[in-house]
Amino acid sequence: MATPMYVTESGEAIHGIMAEFANPADLYHAAEKVRDAGYSKWDTYSPFPVHDMEEAMGFGRTILPLLVAIGGFTGASLGFLMQWWMSGIDYQLLVQGKPFGSFSDGGWQAFIPITFECGILFAAFTSLIGMLALNGLPRWHHPLMKKERFLSSSDDKFFVCIEASDRNFHPERTRALLEGARATSIELVEE
Amino acid sequence: MSTIHPDQITAERLAGLTRGVQGGMAPAPGTGDGTLIDTPGVRPPLVLNSRSFKEVTDIICGYAENSPPRWWLPLFGLVSTVAGLGGALIGYLVITGIGAWGMNNQVDWAWDITNFVFWIGIGHAGTLISAILCLLKQKWRTAVNRSAEAMTIFAVICAATFPGIHIGRQWMAWMLFPIPNANAIWPNFRSPLLWDVFAVSTYGTVSALFWFMGMIPDFASLRDRADRRLRANPEGGARLLPFLPVRIDRLRALVYGFLAMGWRNSGRHWHRYEAAYLILAGISTPLVLSVHSIVSFDFATSILPGWHTTIFPPYFVAGAIFGGFAMVLFLLIPARELYPNMKDFITLRHVENMAKIILVTGMMVGFAYSMEFFIAWYGANEYELYCFQNRAFGPYWWAYWTMIGCNVLSPQLFWFKAMRQKPLVVFIVSCAVTVGMWFERFVIIVSSLHRTFLPGEWNMFHPTFVDVGIFVGSCGVFVTLFLLFMRFLPMFAMAELKAVLPQASPHWHGYGHGDHSDHGHGANGHNGHDSHAPARHSSRGAH
Repeated sequence: MATPMYVTESGEAIHGIMAEFANPADLYHAAEKVRDAGYSKWDTYSPFPVHDMEEAMGFGRTILPLLVAIGGFTGASLGFLMQWWMSGIDYQLLVQGKPFGSFSDGGWQAFIPITFECGILFAAFTSLIGMLALNGLPRWHHPLMKKERFLSSSDDKFFVCIEASDRNFHPERTRALLEGARATSIELVEE
Repeated sequence: MSTIHPDQITAERLAGLTRGVQGGMAPAPGTGDGTLIDTPGVRPPLVLNSRSFKEVTDIICGYAENSPPRWWLPLFGLVSTVAGLGGALIGYLVITGIGAWGMNNQVDWAWDITNFVFWIGIGHAGTLISAILCLLKQKWRTAVNRSAEAMTIFAVICAATFPGIHIGRQWMAWMLFPIPNANAIWPNFRSPLLWDVFAVSTYGTVSALFWFMGMIPDFASLRDRADRRLRANPEGGARLLPFLPVRIDRLRALVYGFLAMGWRNSGRHWHRYEAAYLILAGISTPLVLSVHSIVSFDFATSILPGWHTTIFPPYFVAGAIFGGFAMVLFLLIPARELYPNMKDFITLRHVENMAKIILVTGMMVGFAYSMEFFIAWYGANEYELYCFQNRAFGPYWWAYWTMIGCNVLSPQLFWFKAMRQKPLVVFIVSCAVTVGMWFERFVIIVSSLHRTFLPGEWNMFHPTFVDVGIFVGSCGVFVTLFLLFMRFLPMFAMAELKAVLPQASPHWHGYGHGDHSDHGHGANGHNGHDSHAPARHSSRGAH
C-alpha cells in the first residue's frame, strides 16, 4: 500500500494539511523545509508570485516555452501555407502584375507580414491555454476552497498544503514539520 | 484536531496589530509625494504610505465593489448617450451610403481612416507598457499596465469600426477574411490592406488575451472576497436591485469566479503563469512594432507623394507610442485625483516617467516631420517637394501647424523637471498631444490626397455632421468602455503591485532571519528611521 489513507472522525477522506504563514519569508523558509523533508505532493499558496519560490520548492523549468515555440511555428507555417495555396494554387488572382507566390518568382515575400501575425496569434493562444492546461485549470472547485481561512490566500496570507496522498505524509510528523516552520495556524483539509 | 494553533500568542498578536504612528514618513522636501528622489542608489517607493498587502487588496477591490464616485453615473450617462448617437449615425451611414461623409472621388480617404489610425495608435501604449516595459524590468509599470491594456483594447474596438464601415457595403465586411465565398476567390494577400486586417485582428486578440491573463489572479481576489462575505452573512447582504432577490455578492462570486477559472494562487501555478506572462510580453513586443508598421504600409506602399516614404514604419510606431502615452495620462491623471487613495499607486514618479516617454517619442516624431521635408528637398522629386510645401503652406496649413504645435512644441515643456512633475501641466500637454496626433493622421491622409499628380484630381475635403458625429461617437464608446472597466474590473494589477512592495521579497530585511530579527542595520539600513526590523514589521499590520 503506497499511500495510506487517512480519514477524519466522521469518515471523510483527508485531502491534506494546510498551514498558514504570516509573510512571504516564513512561507519561503517553510517551503525549503518541506522540500528538504522529501515531500512531492504539496504546494505553496501566495497572493502574488514570491521571488525565488521555484528554488525553495525545488521544481524545474516548465515546458511551456517549448509548447509556445511549437504553437508559434505551427501558426506561422499554417499562415504561410494558407496564403501560398490560396493565391498561388487555388485561384491565381492577378493584381497589379504582382507575382503569384511561388518561391522562384519572389511572390512569397508579400506573405511575410501575415505569416508573422499568424505565428504570433498561435503563440499567444498557446501560452495562455498551455499555461492553464499545465496548471489543470479551469477547475472551479478544489478542497482548499472549502476552507474559509484559505480565501485570504488571494489577499494577504500565505499557505502550504501537504497532500495526504504524498508518500511521506504522516498526520503527526507532517503537522510537526509545519508547526516547526512558524505556521500561524494549521488545519485539516477534507476531500 | 481540525484547527491547531501552534503559536496562539503570535497569531493573536499578528491579528491585533495596528499601524503605528507614521513618524518620519512625511516625504522629504523637494521630492513631491516622496517618489521624486533623484539620489542614485535610493529607489523611490513604488507604492506610497507603506501599504500592506491587505490594504492594497482592500483599496483596489474597493474600486470595483463599493458604489462608484458621485460623478460616475452622470458621466456614464453622458458618454454612453454620445456613443449611442454615434452608433445611430453609423446606422444612418449604412442606410444612406458613405456619400453621407464629406469624402469625394479625389479625397477618398478622410476622417474615417484618420480615426482608424488615431485609435489604433492610441492602443499601442498599452502593449508597450505591458510588454516592452516588462522586458525592460521597469517595475513602475505595474501601477499603470492594467488600465493601459484596457485602454488598448477599447481603442482597438474603436479603430476596427472605421475600416469596417468605410468599405461601402458594410454587409460584405466578412469578405475581408479568407472565408470561402460564392465566387471562389480569396482576398488579395499581396495587399497591405489585408495585412492590416490580420495585424489589427491579431493585435486586438493578443492584447485581450494578455489583459485577461493578467486579471485572472485579481478575479480570484474579487471572487474570494465575495465568497467570504457570503459565508459571513449567508442570508443578508446587498441585493442587485431592491425588488430582485439576487444578492450582489452571489453574482460576484459567480461571475468573477467563472472568470478566475479556479485560480488558487498556487506556487506551481504562479511559476507557469510568470513564464506565460514573460512569453506573452516577448511576443507582444515585435507584435506592437509590426502592427503600426503594417498600418503605415497602407500608405507607404502606394505611389502617392507624401505617403511613399521608407521612414513611415518607425515614424508611425513612435507616433503611436507618443499618442498612446498621452491618452494614458489623459485618463489616469483625472482618475488619480478622483478616486480615493489612487495617488498611492500612481505617484508623481509615474507621471514624470510617462512625461519623459512623451518627450522622447515627441522628439522622434518631430525628427520624422523634419526628415520628410529634408528628403523631399534632397530627393529632388518635384511632386514630393510640392506635396510637403503644400502641407505646410497650402489650404490645410492650419492642420499642419496645429500638428507641429501640439506634437513637437508642447512636449518641449518636459525638458523642465518642474513641468514634468506637475500633473496639471502634464495633463494639458497630453490633451494637446492627443489632438495633435489626430491632426497628424489628418494631415498625412487628406493633404496628400487633395493634391495628387494631376491638377484635375485636386479637390478639398469638408467634413459633414456624419463625419463629426461618428468620430465623437467613437470617443463616447471609448470613454464608456473605460468607465465600465473602472467600475467592474480590477483597475490595477493587484498581484503584481503586491509583488513590488518591499515586504513581498522573502529576503526583505524587515523579516530578519529566523528568530534573530535585528539584522535590519548595516547594509540595508539606508532607510534610516525604520532600520530596526521588528518595529518596522509591527507598523504594517491591519489599519
